[in-house]
Amino acid sequence: MEKIGVLITHQPLPYLEQELTRRGCRLFRLWEAPETSRLEFCRENSAAIRAIVGNSNFGADAATIDALPKVEIIASFSVGLDKVDLVKCKERGIRVTNTPDVLTDDVADLAIGLAISVMRRIPSADKYVRSGAWKKGDYTLTTRFSGKTVGILGLGRIGIAIAKRAEAFDCPISYYSRTEKPYPNYTYYSTPVDLASNCDVLVVACALTEETHHIVNRAVIDALGPKGVLINIGRGPHVDESELVAALVEGRLGGAGLDVFENEPHVPDELFGLDNVVLVPHVGSATIETRTAMADLVLGNLEAHFLNKPLLTPVV
Amino acid sequence: MMNSSPSPTASGSGCTTTSSDESPPLDRPPLLVLRSLSDAWSLALSAKFTIIPPSSPLSTSTHAVLVSGAVNRVNSTLLDQYPSLRCVVTTSAGVNHIDLEECRRRGVLVANVGETYSKDVADYAVGLLIDAFRRITMSDRYLRNGFWVTRGDYPLGSKLGGKRVGIVGLGSIGSAIAKRLEAFGCKISYLSRKPKPTANYKYVPNIIDLATESDVLVVSCSLTKETHHIINKQVLQALGKEGIIINIGRGAHIDEPELVRSLVQGEIKGVGLDVFENEPNVPKEMFEMENVVLTPHQAVFTPEALSDVIQICIANFEAFFAGKPLLTPVIYS
Repeated sequence: MEKIGVLITHQPLPYLEQELTRRGCRLFRLWEAPETSRLEFCRENSAAIRAIVGNSNFGADAATIDALPKVEIIASFSVGLDKVDLVKCKERGIRVTNTPDVLTDDVADLAIGLAISVMRRIPSADKYVRSGAWKKGDYTLTTRFSGKTVGILGLGRIGIAIAKRAEAFDCPISYYSRTEKPYPNYTYYSTPVDLASNCDVLVVACALTEETHHIVNRAVIDALGPKGVLINIGRGPHVDESELVAALVEGRLGGAGLDVFENEPHVPDELFGLDNVVLVPHVGSATIETRTAMADLVLGNLEAHFLNKPLLTPVV
Repeated sequence: MMNSSPSPTASGSGCTTTSSDESPPLDRPPLLVLRSLSDAWSLALSAKFTIIPPSSPLSTSTHAVLVSGAVNRVNSTLLDQYPSLRCVVTTSAGVNHIDLEECRRRGVLVANVGETYSKDVADYAVGLLIDAFRRITMSDRYLRNGFWVTRGDYPLGSKLGGKRVGIVGLGSIGSAIAKRLEAFGCKISYLSRKPKPTANYKYVPNIIDLATESDVLVVSCSLTKETHHIINKQVLQALGKEGIIINIGRGAHIDEPELVRSLVQGEIKGVGLDVFENEPNVPKEMFEMENVVLTPHQAVFTPEALSDVIQICIANFEAFFAGKPLLTPVIYS
């Protein structure tokens, strides 16, 4: 990939940066430019830029794509493509790739880890010990996870991986998706509200599209109820965040484990004082093993494109 | 979802007892109770049995007794004191407080709570393990401190899939942990006194080999003379710099000062501990560490477990009074 200009939208994994450089790419670091002059940065370098590497926070919107007439491929360092204007890419003939499968396990592991963490209040218990409070008295009882009904919004790769793990805890599995899937052991519900009414732990595991924006709204939160727990390892905009915060603060929802937020890295600070929430900074795929595998997919896709070979994981 | 509940080692309160001249009704056979009872216990027991306190003259003619692992010793002295006892039910899984040989000699049946506690303890062990690998508690703290905004992303964690888990003690709890971790793609090996023919995992006959071959050790055996400090300096060295330890057994399973030293020196990667040698005291060096998760002996304490324990104890007594086999007998061997 000698001399090919690659726009990197976000601070990359060092391994990815090293490999791109080693292969001779010219790197343009969009994340280093001040926010207000990013489009200008693109235009100034547009003659050279033929590829974009985006991630779950900084993709490639219409304005960015318009500012880069020579872009041929967007290789996203993520599986979600909600931040890439796919319609524009189709119009322009720009190829788009993502990083499916390699991060499925990590995200599913985190979903279950968050559920146990919320229900057993592990971070709060850790704080209790470190503050010296244990010397004054025992911690409270916390809710069992095993055997609770897990409801999954979206039964794709990640949803199935979550179900498989939850089954090891004897959790009955139910789900919502656009169409019923061939899993007779899992109970299908045709609306998110019905699913929420009939589960103890609701996990958001679908792709973010126009239809799934705020799929967890006031009605779903009410249906989940004061003993219900919401786990979001999808995207922040899957959940009506202000409704969620109100429900948690007012005790209308039992608890939440959140890896994603509507306006990352900003998280509503009303949540910070609550013991029944666990808040992590978008770490779904954040292991060295998985990020390296994701980087390898990005590199493999870019190389394939510029060598005129079939892309490894194309979406467009 | 979770309001504060009374501590499980709770207060005594209104028990239904007989006066000294009454015989217990036939449908509510007498039950000697040697430990204080929470409201939940009193209510549940007095619906089915007539609770006899130690002070009652009926105590010496009662055939069944409820004991606590923490408070009561069931030995010759006790069995002499209550010579009519034929059935002992303990509210614990452990039976270190019961002289099983003496009970067997006298024809006294013993039941514990079987596997009742196992699922909650196993869940907690898995929760601590995921936390240790994926830094859930620490990154939650990072986020609440505002650092995601000011300092950027939290450092990367470590993937569970493919990691080698060494389970120390494959009893009910160890098996439940293994079953769960298999679903995360972990490779399971185990140490126990003898290999378990029904277990589909690799048996490793000694702790040093297990530590050498593992990325994470989970301590889930009972505490005995042999397992005291089973995790010692040699084991920590064998586990190595990338190793993680999860302890939901007893604090005394680990040489705690040695563990702290290893952590301070960076000789192991991290720990998740629910138990400590001198609870509720925790070595203060750990409070500053980012690679430890510390919880206050919580693994078993869910309202569901407490309710299940009451139910299993009652079921054992009902079986005894009906002349049927106990549900969760402890066999002395």
